[in-house]
Amino acid sequence: MTVTTELPEAWQSEPMVPRQYRVVSRRRETHDVVTLALEPLHGRGSPVRPGQFNMLYAFGIGEVPVSISGDPAAAGPIVHSIRAAGLVTRALCDSHPGTVVGLRGPFGTDWGVDTAVGRDLVIVGGGIGLAPLRPVIYSVLANRERYGRVSVLIGARSPADLLYTAELQNWRSRFDLDVRVTVDVAGGTWRGPVGIVTELIPRASFDPRSAIAFVCGPEIMIRFAARSLVDHGLDPANIRVSLERNMKCAIGLCGHCQLGSEFVCRDGPVFTYARVGRLLAIQEV
Amino acid sequence: MVSRSRVVIDRGGLQALIAALRSAGYRVIGPTLTAGAIVPGEVAAVDDLPAGWTDEQQGGQYRLRRRDDQALFGYAAGPQSWKQFLFPPRSLLWRANRVDHGETVTEAGGPVDALAFLGVRSCDLAAIRVQDRVFAGDGLVDPGYRARRERVFIVAVTCGTPGGTCFCASMGTGPAVGPGFDLALTELIDGNRHEFCLDVGTDRGEEIIGSVPSRPIEPEDEAAAHRVVEGATARMGRLLEVGGIKELLYRNYQHPRWDDVASRCLACGNCTMVCPTCFCHAVEDASDLGGQTAERWRSWDSCFSLDFARVGTGRVRTSTRSRYRQWLTHKLATWIDQFGTSGCVGCGRCITWCPVGIDITEEVRSIRRTEEA
Repeated sequence: MTVTTELPEAWQSEPMVPRQYRVVSRRRETHDVVTLALEPLHGRGSPVRPGQFNMLYAFGIGEVPVSISGDPAAAGPIVHSIRAAGLVTRALCDSHPGTVVGLRGPFGTDWGVDTAVGRDLVIVGGGIGLAPLRPVIYSVLANRERYGRVSVLIGARSPADLLYTAELQNWRSRFDLDVRVTVDVAGGTWRGPVGIVTELIPRASFDPRSAIAFVCGPEIMIRFAARSLVDHGLDPANIRVSLERNMKCAIGLCGHCQLGSEFVCRDGPVFTYARVGRLLAIQEV
Repeated sequence: MVSRSRVVIDRGGLQALIAALRSAGYRVIGPTLTAGAIVPGEVAAVDDLPAGWTDEQQGGQYRLRRRDDQALFGYAAGPQSWKQFLFPPRSLLWRANRVDHGETVTEAGGPVDALAFLGVRSCDLAAIRVQDRVFAGDGLVDPGYRARRERVFIVAVTCGTPGGTCFCASMGTGPAVGPGFDLALTELIDGNRHEFCLDVGTDRGEEIIGSVPSRPIEPEDEAAAHRVVEGATARMGRLLEVGGIKELLYRNYQHPRWDDVASRCLACGNCTMVCPTCFCHAVEDASDLGGQTAERWRSWDSCFSLDFARVGTGRVRTSTRSRYRQWLTHKLATWIDQFGTSGCVGCGRCITWCPVGIDITEEVRSIRRTEEA
């Protein structure tokens, strides 16, 4: 490994120039999801809060926004879980320890886990949407006594699409976490429920007057989950959703991620449902 | 107009001004007659300006016409604004070489010419102020934009000849020149004189005109300059009622007019290309065939393209209805929440250059008139 030139000082202020990170480990989660741990080649990484994202760059191919999925309190590499969906994500998933990728970030708003202290928590993740929620779960478990009842409701397409299965086993074995998993389609060996993740909401126990919900998944799932939570008595201001849009800059300039007046990259990705619920209810905004 | 001092110059004085800008190191960009339209281009002398030409504009229509005088700035906004110089249609953000498993950025940004914009109309000056907020405002500053912007000298011009699609008076952006100019011209032309009222806005404006021959301004010159603005206001081709427009559009995401306009809109994106404030852009990464060098380019993009907004599960705005609604609502409503200003300066280009003549003022009027209470 030799890199001849450091980035010149002036170019570091160019927000569109990625910093170089090395893949230090790669873990296959499912047939199309890989978790990469990255370390900066030079200097130190910037601190990242749960819910924020980085722009990950595959050399010569392109750049995509990816939320952090690792433990924010752990020192060491920064962790992202990536689903191979297009050219860039496929290239990133195909990288291996030693591969150098580019990284810009962190960007965006965070889940604000600290502001949920003392409340019951309802964590709802669908598909790859569980990845940005994993740091929330880590943060809560690190200070479990500070929170009330904690429900983790997980939906996946099939049992084979479930992320973090080893950890899931650990979480399910705890008496201080109510973990429920459902899948859309299952074979004969699946012993859990089949159906959409919103169907788990009535089974979770929480105080609707004060509970805080964290929701991430496909947008249609977010819409239904948030509506269901409101139906169960949650204030829209207590429902936090993390939205997805394509992003080309992550700094509020390229315009692609607009949702009404919000730039999802800068004003989000985490919003309260009170703020974006009206827009989510309108088709094709 | 925020002016420090006013003098009067003639055509010779304007020639001296161009020469002074050039000798100060500026490339002077001004109106030129090119390919059947009046567009910004390099100007070396007064003779390069479109003397005696004007234009006729309506929805989907732009025609050059002869004037019966030799006015140099006697036309309305052409298809190209100054945006192309401050926010180029395509620009290199950086280039990198792969070195073993690493990569190193070899080039970012690039040299930036000092440009003097000659003949920036009020609407276009307002558009520059709008893009200043977008690219160099309170949020994250785009270093490329800032570098280009800092090297621009602005000679504005009071609009004396609004076009049939203009509505700057509605948007409060003209026809008088607003803030942000170094120098501003008001063309005074009638039977026996051809002069310019010259306003100075900045120190460097003051410096540049040091060598430009001028005469002191007389009350009758002041009156003539005032008549230029009054006349232009009276001849404005279009009107846009802006009172409560943000709330109006926020209330009407489901208005049937969006279906109506979608039946005419070709989703071609012309309006976004000619708009002097539209800032949306694509960022494209590329590499050579050997995968040894990589580049990142920025280029104009349009919210009318199907792929503009996507999520993992597909495209966000598949209907033309939703894409037109996004453009208009952004321009006139969400922009205000984002940047504290309207995204529209009333230059009328989107009306003139729409191949089917869709009129933003008419669309808003229709929604306002037929809004369900």
